[in-house]
Amino acid sequence: MSLSEAKRDAEEVRRNWLLSTPALLLLCFGAIGPLFIMLVYSFLTPGKYGNVEWIFSTDAWRGILFSKDIFDGSLKLADAHLTIFWRSVKLSFLTTLFTFLVGFPTAWFIATRAPRWRAFWLFLITIPFWTNLLIRTFAINQIIRTEGLLNTILLKLGIISEPLKLIYTDTAVFIGMTYVYLPLMVLPLFAAIDRFDMRLLEAGYDLYATRISVLRRIIFPIVKPGIIAGSILVFIPSLGAYVTPRILGGGRNMMIGNFIELQFGQGRNWPLGASLSVLLLVIVTATLLVYVKFANRESGHG
Amino acid sequence: MARRDFSVSRLPGFAGTAIAVFVALYAPIAMLVVYSFNAGDSIAIWEGTSLRWYARAWENNQVTDATVRSLIIAGSAAFMATVAATMAALATTRKKPFRGQTAIYVAINQPLMVPEIVTAVALLIFFAAVKVTTGYQGLGYLILAHTAFCIPFAYLPIRARLEGMDLTLETAAADLYATRWRTFRRVTLPLMAPGIIAGAMLAFVISLDDVVITVFVKSAGQDTLPTYLLAQIRRQVTGEVNAISTVLLCLTVLLLTAFFLLTGKKS
Repeated sequence: MSLSEAKRDAEEVRRNWLLSTPALLLLCFGAIGPLFIMLVYSFLTPGKYGNVEWIFSTDAWRGILFSKDIFDGSLKLADAHLTIFWRSVKLSFLTTLFTFLVGFPTAWFIATRAPRWRAFWLFLITIPFWTNLLIRTFAINQIIRTEGLLNTILLKLGIISEPLKLIYTDTAVFIGMTYVYLPLMVLPLFAAIDRFDMRLLEAGYDLYATRISVLRRIIFPIVKPGIIAGSILVFIPSLGAYVTPRILGGGRNMMIGNFIELQFGQGRNWPLGASLSVLLLVIVTATLLVYVKFANRESGHG
Repeated sequence: MARRDFSVSRLPGFAGTAIAVFVALYAPIAMLVVYSFNAGDSIAIWEGTSLRWYARAWENNQVTDATVRSLIIAGSAAFMATVAATMAALATTRKKPFRGQTAIYVAINQPLMVPEIVTAVALLIFFAAVKVTTGYQGLGYLILAHTAFCIPFAYLPIRARLEGMDLTLETAAADLYATRWRTFRRVTLPLMAPGIIAGAMLAFVISLDDVVITVFVKSAGQDTLPTYLLAQIRRQVTGEVNAISTVLLCLTVLLLTAFFLLTGKKS
């Protein structure tokens, strides 16, 4: 490489950085930088009326799992917190499982349509994916609330004599999350099934495999990357869900997201809210890293 | 297995499940839209068609204020995010790999990988400190926050468009002694315009629909349409919420359809 060429390259690189600067600055102040400030706040002392006092403390991190006894100051497990974590994990897991159970047949159905119709069905899945999550949750709220459509119809038909109390329960949150996150499962599943070579099924059936064993031994192993991608795409936002549990779970059935918000409102414990957020971020990042590693290994073998 | 309708890709129960999923996906939204035209107060009993909820929303100052605020924020955020994303896309696409390129790419996509609630909390903490120091209370915080999380949504379609573009036209322009700037203005920019418009529309929709970050960042009296809806849903639900939701829904679907038409054309 000649000297002038090297100089031109260096200038090009400088220009690239210059062009990226506005985006990087906006992200630094509007997204990335504040995460580090949040980490600092998780090691401070809560102020009396919210905000923080600049006194170092690890109480917020201990406070995630333990609470101090008011009388003798001994530490014991904070049951209320554990209940909230357990509910978040349980509901996120159930949501992931159920979206897979109904999402897989849906993705399969779309992928096996004639090419002309495939785009149409895919579009039908994509529209809810991009439309407002709040409005979709509200639509579910209106259907399952006590004086809502579901109860009105069931009462009229005489199937039930008293309205079902679905709203503000864990079941309601589960229904809502399944509804709003389903497209996130179907889209990666579709991408995986779309690449699947249907001749493999012919081979399987020719060798007298049953439908179940074809599904288990041929289809699932091959579309596994899609299954994992879909599961992660559903599990991660479920774990951090805020809007859906707030609208469908009411005040008592909190998930981590609502519990974090509480710390900045009535809870007046900003450091605890910060430490919980950092924890959530670490869990999500770790999941993503494991996934990336796994996905790279898979494609490396293939 | 001599059945004539045997198809290898058919699995029992799958088509039925899929149809049920599509019905379940659209029925609640359809009901929400239908009941926005209900003449009665109930959300479950139909009492005839009327536009009264739309009229009531239109006359409600809180709603019109929130709408104007939403449009200002979404417009400013989409504009700034698109300009920044276009520049970044030009710097990171079709280029000889350079040190830090991956870092820029990761930074731009960072908002997609962090749970919204985490970003929201971090911004609440950061902006609270800034508010105390500077005393500024305006819409700037919301616009900055929205701009940041809109950048990846604007960036991705622009980058996709650039990647699909042929370098030969720009080389030809350079061969004809066009300056760098002139080549960009007359060749590159017109070619990448569909990607830029698509990116801007996506950013606008994403900003318009945001709830979580807005709830945490906004000061008192800075409700956007979604945060106003959220507050209303918790109190008492009237057809007004249905009417506002329907309008917001139509706007989103309209912009998205335009987005798909724009990005789909090239393939």
